[in-house]
Amino acid sequence: MGTGAVVTWRDTFRTATEAVRTHRLRSALTMLGILIGITAVVLTVGLGQGAKAKVRDQINELGTNVLVVSPGSTTSSTGSRGGFGSASTLTTQDAAALGDKQAAPDITAVAPASTTSVSLVYGTTNWTTTLTGTTPGWKDVRSRGVTTGRFITAADQKSAAPVVVLGPDTVSQLFNSVDPIGKMVTYNGVQLQVIGVLTPLSSNEATSNNDLAIVPISTYAQKLVGGSNRDSVSSIYVKATSAGTLSAAYQEADTLLLNRHKITTATSADFSIATQQSILTAATSVDNTLTVMLAGIAIIALLVGGIGVMNIMLVSVTERIREIGLRKSLGARPRLIRRQFLVEASLLGLAGGVLGVTLGLLGAVLLPQFTDSRVIVSVPASIGAIAMAMGIGVVFGVYPATRAARLAPIDALRSE
Amino acid sequence: MSPSNPDELDTPAVIELVDVTKIYSTGQLEVAALRGVSIRIEENEFVAITGPSGSGKSTLMQILGCLDVPTAGTFRLSGHDVSSFDEDQLADVRNLFIGFVFQQFNLLAYMSAWRNVELPLMYSGVHPAERRERALAALDKVGLADRARHKPGELSGGQQQRVAVARALDTEPAMILADEPTGNLDSTSTADVLDLFHELNREGRTIVLITHEHDIAARAQRIINIRDGNVWPLATADTAWARVPS
Ligand SMILES: Nc1ncnc2c1ncn2[C@@H]1O[C@H](COP(=O)(O)OP(=O)(O)OP(=O)(O)O)[C@@H](O)[C@H]1O
Ligand SMILES: [Mg+2]
Repeated sequence: MGTGAVVTWRDTFRTATEAVRTHRLRSALTMLGILIGITAVVLTVGLGQGAKAKVRDQINELGTNVLVVSPGSTTSSTGSRGGFGSASTLTTQDAAALGDKQAAPDITAVAPASTTSVSLVYGTTNWTTTLTGTTPGWKDVRSRGVTTGRFITAADQKSAAPVVVLGPDTVSQLFNSVDPIGKMVTYNGVQLQVIGVLTPLSSNEATSNNDLAIVPISTYAQKLVGGSNRDSVSSIYVKATSAGTLSAAYQEADTLLLNRHKITTATSADFSIATQQSILTAATSVDNTLTVMLAGIAIIALLVGGIGVMNIMLVSVTERIREIGLRKSLGARPRLIRRQFLVEASLLGLAGGVLGVTLGLLGAVLLPQFTDSRVIVSVPASIGAIAMAMGIGVVFGVYPATRAARLAPIDALRSE
Repeated sequence: MSPSNPDELDTPAVIELVDVTKIYSTGQLEVAALRGVSIRIEENEFVAITGPSGSGKSTLMQILGCLDVPTAGTFRLSGHDVSSFDEDQLADVRNLFIGFVFQQFNLLAYMSAWRNVELPLMYSGVHPAERRERALAALDKVGLADRARHKPGELSGGQQQRVAVARALDTEPAMILADEPTGNLDSTSTADVLDLFHELNREGRTIVLITHEHDIAARAQRIINIRDGNVWPLATADTAWARVPS
């Protein structure tokens, strides 16, 4: 005796799958807990990833190697939020100065921009869009072009011509199938002639990039949205000559503007310069917090699922107490009984995990159809989620399995 | 091996109980199910254990089957003191040396007959292919070769018990322990099962059979009569039985 009989893993798996299959409803309920938890984890992490990607895309759509100069100082970690409401400290003259190749050799294009939401009218059609007053440099900074017609020119700018370039989505909203070039749209009683249509940006939710109206900044300030200071702008876009000269361009813009505004200490600057990277960091840090919070909730859901596994496994042990006793009387060692229940629990976890990830993937496909959120589920995240589900099964299966293994064969056999 | 019987030293008994006591404690209540039982069962014996209900027969069988441990006294199996075995060794003893047949059959309902029969072989680590072969051979022996794929629920009581016997014999254990194996069977099935036990005994296995029925006990080589947790000579037991007002 004491030969140390070994039962292969294959047999253990077969016994466990048989038990899982035999008690179908119970197995399904156990899996459900895990499934919901895993789906929640997959979706929340996916939503977080999607939100981050969305912000990244939007920021990248600013164009490459772009700096954004905003009025007001950097008062908070969220970046350039100060200086709103009061008259802007940035002017079209500032923009012109930044365009000086001598003073700022690493800056290739500059575009001041003032933006407001407006309602444009064509015939009887009315459409609300974002109106931007800017200079011809805008298309270089933002790397955009026109599909038909032309962009605004320096001449338009000089004469404050009543012309407008529309985004492709704006055109389809206002004009249906009519050729918009040469047509007149009205804003606030001012007639603007459509001179061009912007190329569409192929992005998932680039609505703000495809639905917009561009007018010369002079037209914007003098004829359309005249404020207290007709020279002030809400931001200045600056494009560096290359990725390598971005920080040099940053320095040049900073020095130039500090000089123009007669500010000696950099800390009291009345403007701030953001890089795409800094905007991205600020935006995604908010998303990260949200993702962590949501994932926390999802993990709690998963824990509840795990406790469900334990609960149902304990019921299972009690219910199958005679089976355990019989197996022991036929020579099953305690360790083997323990292993069998553990494998059973991890199989339930695995199945719940696979189903949960499948449901999560389904949600990732369906959710964006109903909301404008993007859900990104990566392969490593899916594998991680499945592994987590299995782990939950094992961890919460230990106690019931140990209890089963400890049962005295005779107590188990005798119970009815 | 018992020091009190030096003349038997050279023929080691399969089973030797010396002064075995079993006390069940449930809360404040203490029930002495066995009170100093000393018995020897030789190799290849066919022993019937009889006695009134509650006398301790099942308790005795559970100790013989290493399913339970005595409160006091010694239980030796082929000369080994069973109290020195750990859980794993006890499991191995049950697996390799003992075949159980229970009154309630104790087959797993969700497995077919042959899968039930191969269970102890799985715990001995026998290869699946050989397991199947041996399980089918055992079923053939009990006359149920054609029922191998049936679930226990699809078999009659007598057939289920024969499956249980097949399960008990396919590890070729030295001893078969049966606790009222025919208690739930009709006379034909009882005869079938008993014939099987006698055949196994002829093959060299020790059979310990608990029964209430006199004619079943009468076919055994020896009858051990238990009363009130003690072994009684049969005649004395009968007299005692007659004297006790019930
Ligand atoms: N687990 C237990 N806890 C407490 N008392 C028990 C336990 N098992 C058995 N007993 C008691 O021990 C005594 C012997 O029981 P046992 O089951 O051995 O009798 P038996 O001879 O097999 O009876 P039967 O012929 O009715 O099966 C009985 O008084 C019984 O009540
Ligand atoms: Mg009994």
